[in-house]
Amino acid sequence: MNKKRHRKRVIPGFGLSMGVTLAMLSLIVLIPIASIFVSASGLSFNEFIKVVTARDVMSGYQVSLSCALTAALINCVFGVILAWILVRYEFPGKGVLDGLIELPFALPTAVAGIALTSLYSDKGWIGHAFAQIGISIAYTKIGITIAMVFIGIPFVVRAIQPVLEKLDKQYEEASHMLGASGKRTFFRVIFPEIFPAMLTGFGLALARGIGEYGSVVFIAGNIPYETQIAPLLIMSKLEQFKYQDATAVALVLLVISFVLLLLINAVQVHMSKITSTSH
Amino acid sequence: MSQTNKAIQQKSTNSNAKGVKVLLISLGVIFIFIMLVIPMIAVITYAFQDGLKAYQEAIFDPYTIKALQLTLLATVTAVAINTVFGLFAAWTITKFKFRGKQLLTTLIDIPFAISPVIAGLVLVLTFGKIGWAYDFLNAYDIKIVFAVPGIILATVFVTFPFISRELIPVLSAQGTDEEEAAALMGAGGFNIFRKVTLPHIKWALLYGIVLCTARAMGEFGAVSVISGHLRGKTNTLPLHVEILYNDFQLTSAFAVASILVILAVIILILRNLIEYKAKKAGEK
Repeated sequence: MNKKRHRKRVIPGFGLSMGVTLAMLSLIVLIPIASIFVSASGLSFNEFIKVVTARDVMSGYQVSLSCALTAALINCVFGVILAWILVRYEFPGKGVLDGLIELPFALPTAVAGIALTSLYSDKGWIGHAFAQIGISIAYTKIGITIAMVFIGIPFVVRAIQPVLEKLDKQYEEASHMLGASGKRTFFRVIFPEIFPAMLTGFGLALARGIGEYGSVVFIAGNIPYETQIAPLLIMSKLEQFKYQDATAVALVLLVISFVLLLLINAVQVHMSKITSTSH
Repeated sequence: MSQTNKAIQQKSTNSNAKGVKVLLISLGVIFIFIMLVIPMIAVITYAFQDGLKAYQEAIFDPYTIKALQLTLLATVTAVAINTVFGLFAAWTITKFKFRGKQLLTTLIDIPFAISPVIAGLVLVLTFGKIGWAYDFLNAYDIKIVFAVPGIILATVFVTFPFISRELIPVLSAQGTDEEEAAALMGAGGFNIFRKVTLPHIKWALLYGIVLCTARAMGEFGAVSVISGHLRGKTNTLPLHVEILYNDFQLTSAFAVASILVILAVIILILRNLIEYKAKKAGEK
């Protein structure tokens, strides 16, 4: 029986490559990840609840979630516009614009963080203009959102772009010939096609925003109960050597990201069912 | 009459479409300019605000050079380890049928999905003073947390899936026919990989290496948790930027940051070059 199974695999090296893969994955990722559950089990249920419902922790979750959500929504709007102009239009400098989209992946987050903070502080190039009309950006939730927009934009653009490239122009032309306006054609014909891809980008940008530390921590200013993000709370609990508290905060953050991704996945499956039956 | 009407209508939709085009392009360009280009210009401008001499002093500061060396060491190690892993993992996942393949793929992507601070936390929980591996490591006098191995480990952790992610789609699109043919003709595993598989994934592999390098050299959250911020010892370039910034040595902070901006621009150019070549070679 066993021999038969082996014979089915024509290409050699399964045992070796599977072994190396599993060994490296376990050593570097799985075993350390398991520690978080070991450490969390050191807390009783009541202690756990007490840590994660403390006022600063709750406000940290709220800041991280609300800013990441706003940023991901803004990124959806500009992500669709950018993907659209990169796929459908020709204009000078298009290649450079396309190449720049990945900058937030290539630029170290700490560099982005200090650059954004200096730009949007009340004395900075951009912040100065807003300060004159009484709006502070750095050290407020607006600043946190801007940093999360910065870090999230490539996810949405790069999710939509390939789908838009493959989209058959026939439907658009048909819709146009039947007399639908450009706006109507976009929202009734094109948008449903790119929606699942947009949702993927939205989910990735959101997850990144919730967990993001480097680019956000500088511009956040870390005012207790106002602009402290959840990853910062983990960091400060670690610095006070409260390992179990840090674990509890991290565990809830992990669960939140996980649930959000599952939800988005479910919507996506639902959406693709609708579009596949409508064709 | 109706013909002219139609012509007029056509003309108006044409000019309308042109208006939309100009509007959308302007919106996109302005967004990218404000969000991505101005911050880069700002770093360079602030770096030179006290003149060339101050810039040079910040760049050639011994701590900066030490930090640069550590960043390079961590990046090179992370890229090397993840290339080995990426090749083995992509080969396993795409060339063989086995149970739990989906689970394996998901597990590999974990570091991509979790916050870098949490990545640092799990390493501290494993190898730090309260970690269960601490006694064992201590017995052999190996220090990981607040030491260079920790920095390297954190960098490897956060960039772990980067190369396998790029290889898997290319390899699975390519199928297993060629490898099977080679195997039936008697080629060994390594020879099949080198002569049949590798030429197909050359560009995807390079692409993954570039992305991995970018993330590895810029990693901040995970490294920050595990480094303990020992100047000249466990300070990477991004951490050095933070220390200078929090010390209100703004010009120095931006001068050091400008090194990273230049590296980022080089990486972007390489990335686009490789993508262009890969498209030409038909890999993507």
